[in-house]
Amino acid sequence: MALTTNYELKLGAATREAFGRALVEVARENPNVVGCDADLSKSTMMTYFAKEFPTRFFECGIAEANMVALGAGLAMTGKIPFVSSFSCFVMNKGFEQLRTTVAYPGVNVKVVGTHSGISIGEDGPSQMSIEDLALACALPGFTVISPADEVATRAAVRWATEHFGGVFLRCGRAKVPVIYAADAKIEIGKANLLLPGRDVTLVAHGLMVAECLRAAAALDAEGISARVLDVHTLKPLDEETLAAAARETGALVVAEEHLVDCGLGARVAQALARRAPAPMEFIGLETYAESGTPEGVPAKYGLTSQNVVAAARRAIARKAS
Amino acid sequence: MQKTNNPHELAEIAKIIRRHIVEMTGAAKSGHPGGSLSAVEILVTLYWDVMRHDPAHPKWPQRDRFILSKGHAAPVLYAVLAECGYSSVDELLTLRKMGSIYQGHPDVRFLPALEASTGSLGEGLSLGLGMGSGLKLDGYDSRVYVMVGDGESQEGQIWEAAMYGAYHQVDNVCCIVDYNKIQLDGFVKDILDVAPLAEKWRAFGWHTLEIDGHDFGAVKAAFTEAAATKGKPTCIVADTIKGKGVSFMENNPKFHGVAPTPQEVELALKELA
Repeated sequence: MALTTNYELKLGAATREAFGRALVEVARENPNVVGCDADLSKSTMMTYFAKEFPTRFFECGIAEANMVALGAGLAMTGKIPFVSSFSCFVMNKGFEQLRTTVAYPGVNVKVVGTHSGISIGEDGPSQMSIEDLALACALPGFTVISPADEVATRAAVRWATEHFGGVFLRCGRAKVPVIYAADAKIEIGKANLLLPGRDVTLVAHGLMVAECLRAAAALDAEGISARVLDVHTLKPLDEETLAAAARETGALVVAEEHLVDCGLGARVAQALARRAPAPMEFIGLETYAESGTPEGVPAKYGLTSQNVVAAARRAIARKAS
Repeated sequence: MQKTNNPHELAEIAKIIRRHIVEMTGAAKSGHPGGSLSAVEILVTLYWDVMRHDPAHPKWPQRDRFILSKGHAAPVLYAVLAECGYSSVDELLTLRKMGSIYQGHPDVRFLPALEASTGSLGEGLSLGLGMGSGLKLDGYDSRVYVMVGDGESQEGQIWEAAMYGAYHQVDNVCCIVDYNKIQLDGFVKDILDVAPLAEKWRAFGWHTLEIDGHDFGAVKAAFTEAAATKGKPTCIVADTIKGKGVSFMENNPKFHGVAPTPQEVELALKELA
């Protein structure tokens, strides 16, 4: 059953704001939660935690490699470190440390990358993160989550605190449409069915979930019934739900604010090639973007509901007659 | 294990450790004997005299911790852990073999008594600072010892960690630089010189000591001073000799990452009799 069929898509909090609030909540309940940041706490919103728990906050300065391994050291004494920075910095500059001091020995570190994707807008490509999910998914044992809104982010933070193991949580800078009711059930590792549909499945995470809901409404006006899945957990992937969608709708579009070659689309294609091959189309980024507004940049680089609609038509046309 | 601060007993233990290093790398036909031999007196002093630890309870929360950031010197750490009773002495000769607890570089998945998986240079001091910070949060007076290499000090992360440790006054962490002057491609001074090392650590805000890393008395005194120093972490720049204890390995870049042949093992063991 779909959660609802009526999405108003009213603008809600940014997922980084939701992260900052949720971290304080879990830290009040669990004294082992600690935080590390690299001179961006006022942007990642780790600042809420730092203000309330100053002795449990570790300001690392602009030195991400040290921050990630320092977090690993904290975890080795039983702490639950949330390590945050812009996604492009913590994942790119901290990747080797994530590999060798976190993923390989199986250390309990939570990485929160904010300002992900290209919707940060004005700062431009050096601050944009379009390869972070590929890097995070390359870490064996990691759970990789890209929530679409505040409610999903809060669920992810709560789950990450309880779960022993590496987690990457991808958050955005800009305010995003509300997808979920406050009491919606969000299970990490399980895709959420947002809209039922017969003719095609639209698959997305993060920012593109709302665009897929808009695309589904446009397709509905053409008489095309589109199913919409929020695959907030890229790893481990909910292959059951995706395979069922492939079998039942016969075609899929994966849309994401990430490099198209190595994000959710690639993971879904790999899974379905094995379990339920079906025509697929992909909406994502081909290369580095540019400065602009948080709305204008994604639109210029193709992350629109109109492009999802066009891709859905192509995928449907490729179904075996 | 019987703890001791008697220099003669420590020297006897050091000789046993050196024999293990030679035999292990010889049997493995690969590995890093030179930088293992240079660190022997420091590790023996830590494990037999200075550190609070209990091989019967390897995960005791209040234990002191040792991280071998220069993970390629794994043979010295394995030999020390085995002789302390953490792991099998007999299996030392399985070094680098498939399934061995003694992997090519320290790997906690195979040997849980290790504090950290290391080998990618530059990372151990950050781990140690995280551990030291966590131990302080818990109110423990445990100390964390991290050994880094001189060549390893070319890694930028070492200096990120150095800045962090001094600024945040992580004074339960002690860094030891095994200053043996040689790295894989040759002498450190000919690759990318790290001198003056002690001045660098002082400038980064660490209480810095320069000692002869093969003199048990000097090594012990440095650790005692480090433990007594509050408000800043201590760095011990230990002047050492790569390949120490085996005449033809001493100060010889070849034995950074090349194992002794069977004939060389035999010769070395005669010297270490």
